[in-house]
Amino acid sequence: MVILVNENTCIGCELCVKACPYGAIEMWNKKARIRDNCTECGICLEACNLGALQSDIERIIEEVDLSQYNGIMVFAEQRDGQIIDVSYQLITKSRKLAKKLETSVSAVLLGYKIKEAAGKLIDYGADKVYVIDDDMFQNYLTSPYTTAIVNIIQIYKPEIFLMGATRIGRDLGPRIAKRLNTGLTADCTAIDVDRKDRTLLQTRPAFGGNIMATIITPNRRPAMATVRPGIFKSKKPKLSKNGEIIPISAPISSDSLKTKIISVIKEPKTCMVLEDAEVIVSGGRGIGEKGFELVHKLAEVLGCMVGASRAAVEAGFITPDHQVGQTGKTVCPKLYIACGISGAIQHRVGMMKSDFVIAINKDPDAPIFNIADIGIVADFFDVVPLLIDELKKIRECKA
Amino acid sequence: MIKMNMVVCIKQVPDTTDVKIDKKTGTIVREGVPSVINPSDKNAIEEALLLREKFGGKVTVITMGPPQSREALQETLAMGVDKTILLTDRKFAGADTLATSYTLAQGIKKLEEEEKFDIILCGSKSIDGDTAQTPIELAETLNIPQITYATNIVIRDKKVRAIRDVDDGYEVIESEMPVLITILKEINTPRYPTIKGIVQSFQKGDITVWSAKAINVDESKIGLSGSATQVKKVFTPENSKKGIILQGDPKEIVDGIIKQLQKINLI
Repeated sequence: MVILVNENTCIGCELCVKACPYGAIEMWNKKARIRDNCTECGICLEACNLGALQSDIERIIEEVDLSQYNGIMVFAEQRDGQIIDVSYQLITKSRKLAKKLETSVSAVLLGYKIKEAAGKLIDYGADKVYVIDDDMFQNYLTSPYTTAIVNIIQIYKPEIFLMGATRIGRDLGPRIAKRLNTGLTADCTAIDVDRKDRTLLQTRPAFGGNIMATIITPNRRPAMATVRPGIFKSKKPKLSKNGEIIPISAPISSDSLKTKIISVIKEPKTCMVLEDAEVIVSGGRGIGEKGFELVHKLAEVLGCMVGASRAAVEAGFITPDHQVGQTGKTVCPKLYIACGISGAIQHRVGMMKSDFVIAINKDPDAPIFNIADIGIVADFFDVVPLLIDELKKIRECKA
Repeated sequence: MIKMNMVVCIKQVPDTTDVKIDKKTGTIVREGVPSVINPSDKNAIEEALLLREKFGGKVTVITMGPPQSREALQETLAMGVDKTILLTDRKFAGADTLATSYTLAQGIKKLEEEEKFDIILCGSKSIDGDTAQTPIELAETLNIPQITYATNIVIRDKKVRAIRDVDDGYEVIESEMPVLITILKEINTPRYPTIKGIVQSFQKGDITVWSAKAINVDESKIGLSGSATQVKKVFTPENSKKGIILQGDPKEIVDGIIKQLQKINLI
């Protein structure tokens, strides 16, 4: 694919220049010109309102009648019969989106002996809950869950289908999307709707987590997204409302299941604790292994948890369950101390909800300073040992 | 003893830890950023090589990407894989996960004209896109079961048993073959290519290149046409905080921190 500029149509509005994530379009004689660093990602094609940018490969758009799809449907994820909070978060958010679109919110719940749990989804604002209550669905298994949900989507035709970006959601979502031949956006950190063309606006870090992208599914339905847990708060509406629980019979499995669960081992992970931590000290790759020893010491003095950037985890300074960011955990402590972390977007999305941020970095231009309450431009090794000593003194005084 | 025929799907990605943002334009600077094999894909290759050492068989690596993805395939040959396939065509550009999974499936189907596979191994996610969707959509396209987030794989009685890492613990999953498995980094430590391996990789010189035509694709399902999603806009988030900057004498800095921490009652 090559991007071509039609110089007769181009009016030099520079919309494409703004759209290109790589800075690969420049203006020359008041016309757009494609530079050598173009990666042929095709984003600029959508940006040009005049069609002055074209690709040498013709784009075939499959016609789907979008008008037959209506409403927002949420996958209600349960474990041991308990619906997890991200499902309520999504229903709370969906109510707001449904108001904009003047449509309804439904939920799909699969499990065993879950009739009572279904009522809770109505308490949180679902108008309808489709329930399959069958021992086949007690534990999550990809194939039967996919078949059952695809059936429900094909009958009730929601225009938007949302699920939590949990291990289950991310195992199931792509399977459903592919079977329905529709688009899925992974691990969104924000969602909204465009009232005019009824598209779901799905925002997530992209291009290695260095920039945010808003993604749409323009021509297929439902538009599907997995949404990162903890991004929205779950809240019951003030006025209790009526909802309908609709039992659906389990699909008859024609062939025997190719996979089965042999055993389930429940083990709370340290990362769960990290997500609940009130104070976190995090380290980046730049501070090295020695730096991480100091990070652990500082955490000990403060009596708090240790976090890390992706680069530090990849360098092997600490195990992946400590990773904060898009690929790691989303945290919201009262205090977050970032040591030698530059603050790439993919890290920031994991910690930007912290109440108070202290950042230590040698580079005065590090993006982490943009979201820090206290930015310390200094060498980590000059400051942190001193800080540990001072904190120890204070602690001893108090004792 | 059974022989295992394995396919590993990989992606060449920019080493995103080195990516810089142009401060003036807010765009990504890719010049000078090295391309690497996606980290967890290397674990998938290692796992395939370990299974081959145990059971015998064959490891084929497949990738879809621009012509320079050859470098990545060359590296996998040096690690010791038997065969590599590059799916490359200008028509593949701009593909989302839906289009990519279709293209990979067509490549694997062509591969199967010679020999059936038992296991497809993939990294659990790429460090650039981080969607973790392509392997699963590939499994669905090929109509085979999947085990995601595996941290251990055992073959017994012609079945695969894997430990699957989930949010609240672990599951032991058993599956018939063929099956697609996505691998977490914890599973192993990928080997480095040996000098002998590098030399042999050039002697093998075995990178098969297939175009869109060679794998007999439906053109409405590849590249931009086959992509259900579109990027509407990209942006760098606005800076929301105006904090205090401390610099200079470390002692003064530390005093400043302590004062602030006391002010907000954290110590």
